[in-house]
Amino acid sequence: MIKVSGLRKSYGKNEILKGINTVIEKGEVVVVIGPSGSGKSTFLRCLNRLEEPSGGEIWFEDSLITGRQADLNLIRQKMGMVFQQFNLFPHMSVMENLTLAPRKLKKLSKEQAEKTALELLRSVGLEDKAAAYPDSLSGGQKQRIAIARALAMQPNMMLFDEPTSALDPEMVGEVLDVMKRLAQNGMTMVIVTHEMGFAREVGDRLIFMDGGVIVEEGNPRAVFENPQHQRTKDFLSKVL
Amino acid sequence: MALDFTFMDKYWEMFLQGAWITLQLSFFGVLLGTLLGIGLALMKISKNVVLKAVSSTYIELIRGTPMLVQVFIIYFGLVPLGLELSKFEAGVAALTINSAAYMAEVFRAGINAIDKGQAEAARSLGMTHGMTLRHIILPQAFRNMLPAIGNEFIIIIKDSSLVSTIGAAEIMYAARTVQGAAFKPLEPLLVAAAMYFVITFTLSKLLGVLERRLQKK
Repeated sequence: MIKVSGLRKSYGKNEILKGINTVIEKGEVVVVIGPSGSGKSTFLRCLNRLEEPSGGEIWFEDSLITGRQADLNLIRQKMGMVFQQFNLFPHMSVMENLTLAPRKLKKLSKEQAEKTALELLRSVGLEDKAAAYPDSLSGGQKQRIAIARALAMQPNMMLFDEPTSALDPEMVGEVLDVMKRLAQNGMTMVIVTHEMGFAREVGDRLIFMDGGVIVEEGNPRAVFENPQHQRTKDFLSKVL
Repeated sequence: MALDFTFMDKYWEMFLQGAWITLQLSFFGVLLGTLLGIGLALMKISKNVVLKAVSSTYIELIRGTPMLVQVFIIYFGLVPLGLELSKFEAGVAALTINSAAYMAEVFRAGINAIDKGQAEAARSLGMTHGMTLRHIILPQAFRNMLPAIGNEFIIIIKDSSLVSTIGAAEIMYAARTVQGAAFKPLEPLLVAAAMYFVITFTLSKLLGVLERRLQKK
């Protein structure tokens, strides 16, 4: 579904990504871990070109994302993204947050868009918050709404950029539960996270990044229990 | 010294007409200045180097020169170039050109103050740059900028008095005419001051209501 080859990214002389190669299959749940500054968030943000890659190629469903002719807006409609800081639109109600993009981009009628939105809100357990504004919600609720907002565009895959890092500990579970259900329903997902338990339980594949390269990847259980590289061992010994 | 406002019996209509002209000058100055200001702000924050340079130069030039000089240049100075504007048109043009430079800075600051994540979230949903500005960035920026915009509106209304120097018959022009006609140096100016105050105070209260309404959300 996504093929990344030779992906590089630098800011001035500072090279963040030094050639990333990987393939993400349809329905696969890929979890990316690594120390801060390893380039894992930059890698994720290159996938929908929120960051402009400095080199290399990314293919998504037979179209070259990194090409000049790529219709980025259309591609992004098919790749939902969830951010660490939620980034809900504070001047809009939850319902408006969920229906704006489908109405403007997919030209859905208000009724259609709201019907889908309500179903999504129900699936994340927040149908009673449709009329609320983001300011009145807890962090966990905001993130569940943000996931629903991305899903409202009916994307083919979802990118998660440290979705639980800004949450109070007691709210992490409710967000991970929603993500787990999404994974069980066959959504293709790339998740940058520090939640090692979640990575082990839900991930089909684990990618460990350090210093702008993929150091090690494989089945999460295998990597956690028997890491092959010293850097992976060092990192895991600190976080597990 | 006793103040004597009996001249108002004879000249009230002139003041009233002046107030009407002032309101029209201000209205068009605010409206066009805001639109031009948004354009300049978007140019200044764009990635295009040429647009950026044009906008920055415009803002620096206009902010760095007196409005009175600008009024004279537009009304008298452009005649040799074949551009002959009426007093009212020249007044609106000067107010627009001047206020746009200040509005541009207000809008630029307002837009920059919106968290980058807002634009990223909108773009990640597939929205275009224009849609993101229109639906996500500008509505939020506008709410934050309302006090600064109100301030700018009031300055435009007061600056419109400078247009009296080219003979546009607004409040200040009326006051000076009456000064001469009624041989009263002070009272007509007090009337003018009161009229400006009523207009700006009313506007300030209206903006206060709008601000409270937006905050409620």
